[in-house]
Amino acid sequence: MDVLENLEKEQMRLDIPYFKPGDTVRVHAKIKEGEKERIQVFQGVVIRKRKGKTGATFTVRKVSYGIGVERIFPLHSPNIDKIEVVTRGKVRRSRLYYLRNLRGKAARIKEKRI
Amino acid sequence: MVKKLFGKKIGMTRYFLEEGDSVPVTVVRVGPCVVVRKKTLEKDGYEAIQVGFEAQKESRVNKPLRGQFKALGGRYFKHLREIEVESSEEFEVGQEIRADIFSIGDIVCVRARSKGRGFAGVIKRWGFSGGKDTHGCRSHRVPGSIGASATPSRVFKGKKLPGHMGTEQTTVKNLKVLDVRPEMDLIAIKGAVPGSRNSLVEISKV
Repeated sequence: MDVLENLEKEQMRLDIPYFKPGDTVRVHAKIKEGEKERIQVFQGVVIRKRKGKTGATFTVRKVSYGIGVERIFPLHSPNIDKIEVVTRGKVRRSRLYYLRNLRGKAARIKEKRI
Repeated sequence: MVKKLFGKKIGMTRYFLEEGDSVPVTVVRVGPCVVVRKKTLEKDGYEAIQVGFEAQKESRVNKPLRGQFKALGGRYFKHLREIEVESSEEFEVGQEIRADIFSIGDIVCVRARSKGRGFAGVIKRWGFSGGKDTHGCRSHRVPGSIGASATPSRVFKGKKLPGHMGTEQTTVKNLKVLDVRPEMDLIAIKGAVPGSRNSLVEISKV
């Protein structure tokens, strides 16, 4: 199995900053439209991180015009230009699915004091 | 040149292409296959080379098989297979054939023994749709009627019924080679390949 692991390590991106569920991130995603390529920024709260080497993903949730939008990104995808961590959140669980049932003030996350 | 090589399935993972797509790949350790014997048109009626794959201890090889490896002088293998070639003159006994016969972008066919499924029902074995799970139905995964009554008063031969499934030779055609690492004897093939991990696979170029 270590053969597979080594191959996967080559595919992994080491430039991705460390972040956790509860953090607010700005994901700069590359989008292809025909020939052109542009960058779209998706900012929101990380509500889930799934482990795995090249298969790791994370889910970002934001509320856009009153409608909740969630996007799942592969962590090591070359389609991600960069990820910026905006704030570090203080949360007590690793999967923040409860945010889906909350809106407005209740859906805020306390900021971590560093 | 050889168009076919034997290998061992390592497992599956994913590759990210430059365009950003994530594709499933199967990693196979191919070769090195060592030429054990040459078969010639004059002597055997056809041209082929016999190759050994995966080293084996001498004590694990029985006496009749040991004779086959005599020409190599002390090297023994788990698997002995034949590869048909145009002329076996090009090869030497003891020569190693490695993964570098493949290159990125090659189209290959992969042949291996599929995973055993045991005694399987018609849904798994033949893709029947089965009955309803709810609404009062009491038959969920049964085959249903297997023929008419008085005429022909028998079940036709070849009727799809439950039975043993898997562990048979399976070929998957036209798979693309996405990566070749001759220094590690590895190649990565797009998509799935029959068999379980560590099983012997035969990879041939189209």
